[in-house]
Order: sequence, then structure tokens, then C-alpha cells
Amino acid sequence: MRYDSLLDSAGRTPLVGLPALSPAPDVRLWAKLEERNPTGSVKDRAALFMVDKAEKDGLLAPGATLLEPTSGNTGISLAMVARLRGYAMICVMPENTSAERRQLLEMYGASIISSPAAGGSNEAVRVARRLAEQNPDWVMLYQYGNEANARAHYETTGPELLADLPEITAFVAGLGTSGTIMGVGRFLRERVPGVQIVAAEPRYGELVYGLRNMDEGFVPELYDSSVLTSRISVTSSDALRRTRELLDLEGIFAGISSGCALHAALALAAKARSAGERADIALVVADGGWKYLSTGAYAGTLAEAEARLEGQLWA
Amino acid sequence: MAIEVRIPTILRTYTGGAKSVEGSGATLADLLADLESRHGGLQGRLVDDAGLRRFVNVYLNDEDVRFLGGLSAPVKDGDTVTVLPAVAGGTR
Repeated sequence: MRYDSLLDSAGRTPLVGLPALSPAPDVRLWAKLEERNPTGSVKDRAALFMVDKAEKDGLLAPGATLLEPTSGNTGISLAMVARLRGYAMICVMPENTSAERRQLLEMYGASIISSPAAGGSNEAVRVARRLAEQNPDWVMLYQYGNEANARAHYETTGPELLADLPEITAFVAGLGTSGTIMGVGRFLRERVPGVQIVAAEPRYGELVYGLRNMDEGFVPELYDSSVLTSRISVTSSDALRRTRELLDLEGIFAGISSGCALHAALALAAKARSAGERADIALVVADGGWKYLSTGAYAGTLAEAEARLEGQLWA
Repeated sequence: MAIEVRIPTILRTYTGGAKSVEGSGATLADLLADLESRHGGLQGRLVDDAGLRRFVNVYLNDEDVRFLGGLSAPVKDGDTVTVLPAVAGGTR
């Protein structure tokens, strides 16, 4: 397939069946391979839409500086787009994120400001907000509250899924900014009666929940619970086990958040199976496993990998 | 048999430091009221007049109770209830 430029090639990712993981001929799982995007993750869609929107709104003049709280994929996507469009990029990210991500960001010319590990992305959001106040000429696209993030999925990911899988009964995606699940969820709910929209939420070690008090909690502005039919909390151990199953049984070398989504999708599949209902369940493989190699997620026993992952942000 | 309730670090001041406590009841609301009788103050940190507090997530056997009826969600012996603060989480 031919495109005018790398950015033009974003989206239109393959949807592949997971025959070995599907429990029955009429209860099938399908994976949307989002690592086939320009920088290797689903976030390219949101980054492009957010930058295009900001340009259209006149927020970005050549030489502008982008600021974003991001511990990985969004930062990498934005840094790539920023480099091609002539903007500077500053990422605020928790110090407990993998080395590969830092290297990728620096490669694309982004600067990194570290935020404390305790509090995870909550703390990164807080630091970024403070920096935005102190530097009014910087532009924070703010993925957690930017409608263009969800709209990217309403206008691209959702229609692609429905075109490839008109018989879809359920959609499962990891829950982060909630952009993917809000956009795809709204699109499918308008067109597929009874479709299930299920968020798979990573459950981390205690460090990440180390708030000083409950009032410091965070719910992304994009999040609207009425779009979902269910929300499942997935432990690191289950996410890791499923990530390895994707590799062992289907040959898909995915990031750990994909194992998280697979775990929730398999639970849905098991329910459909025992109820004797047909199901076509699509899940998002948000990125490949490359950026997580240094976490040790793929080496040794599951217990060893889980111990190494404790305290790290894996999705 | 009872219902196991896992408590996040920042609320363990109400459970004498315990990571999990046990309780009983037919609904989540009953269960929280039962816990309150032994762990005074806990309920008020989880629930306000409008229901579950905004930054509190409660999972019944790993599923968010907001999609299972909220405080009216039925619970039974052998269930596991996990309380977690809402956070931005990981690698966005």
C-alpha cells in the first residue's frame, strides 16, 4: 500500500483472528493490531488528531512548544509528529517508566521532565499542569481531556472495526485516558444494538496508588461511564500471563496492556460460551512488546517476571 | 465463610493497618455498614450522600460495582471486594 508520507499511513490496521485462544467456532476473539502504526502504538491516531485540531484552532505556530504528561506511547507519537511539523516537545513522565521509552523520546528530539514515581501518572499530570501555568506560551494538548483523542477513535478505529467485523458483539480495550474506549464505544453503540463495551483496567502494585489522600484521585475528563457496559480490573500477574499466551499461542509479540485486554476478553468469551451464545469479541493490541523488554516481562518464569514488574507502570 | 474486603494503603488507618478485612451483608451497602461497626470512619471515606465517592473505585470479584448496581450490587459469602483510589495509572 502506498502513502504520501508516514503520517498518512496511520490507522487502517489489520484485525486478525485469534483461533487458538477462541474457545469455540462461534465464540471468536479478534485482535486489532495497533502496533502497525507509524511509531508502533495506537496513540499515533490520537496524537495526529490532537495536533491537527490545535493547528486548525490556531494554537500552534511554527516553533511552538508542546507539553504533555505522558509515560510513553502518547509522548512518542507526539514527539514524532512535532518533529515533522517543526514543534518542540516536552514530556513529563514518572521516573518509574522503562528505559526504551526515554530513549525513543530523546531520539525524536523530545525533552523529558521526570515526575516522582509515587503517584504514577497522577503526579505527572499535576507537574505538567503546574508547568503549563508557569509557561503560558507552551501548548498542552492534554490527552486526558482532549475531545480529539476520543474523536480519533470515533472517526477511524470504530469504523475500521465495524467494516472488518460487522458481526461484532463486544469490544475490549485497556483503560488509560479512556480515549480509545470512549470513541470506539460511542461509534459502535450507535450502530450495533446490544454491543458490549468493556474497559480492561490495569491494577498496579501499591506504590502507584500511594496517594496522600483520596481527594487526590484522578478520573480523566474524557471518561463517561455511560459508554461502557462493564469495567474489569486486571492484575499484573493475569496481564503478564495473557501477554505470554498471545505470543505462545498466536505469535503476537504485544505489550503488557494487550494481555490486560485479552484477560477481560477471555472472561467475556467464557461467559458467552457457558450461556450458549455466539460472540465476536474485538480487543485492542495497543503496542508491541519491544518497549517492555527491559522490564523482564518476557524472561524467566511468570513469578519472576511479576516480581520484576512490581512498582513499574506497565500499561 | 465471609466476604473479603481489600483495603488500599491510604485507608488502612481505619483497619489497624490490615490489608484486608472480612464482613457480611446481602448488598455492598450492607457490607459497608457491617464494616463500619468494626472500622469506624471507613464508610464515610467511601460513600457520600450521592453514593460511592468520585475517586473511589470498588470492584466485586474484579468487576467495577458501578456496572453491577453500585451500592445495591448483591454480594455473597466467598466474594472478594477490592477498594482502590481512582488514579491516572500508567503509560499514556
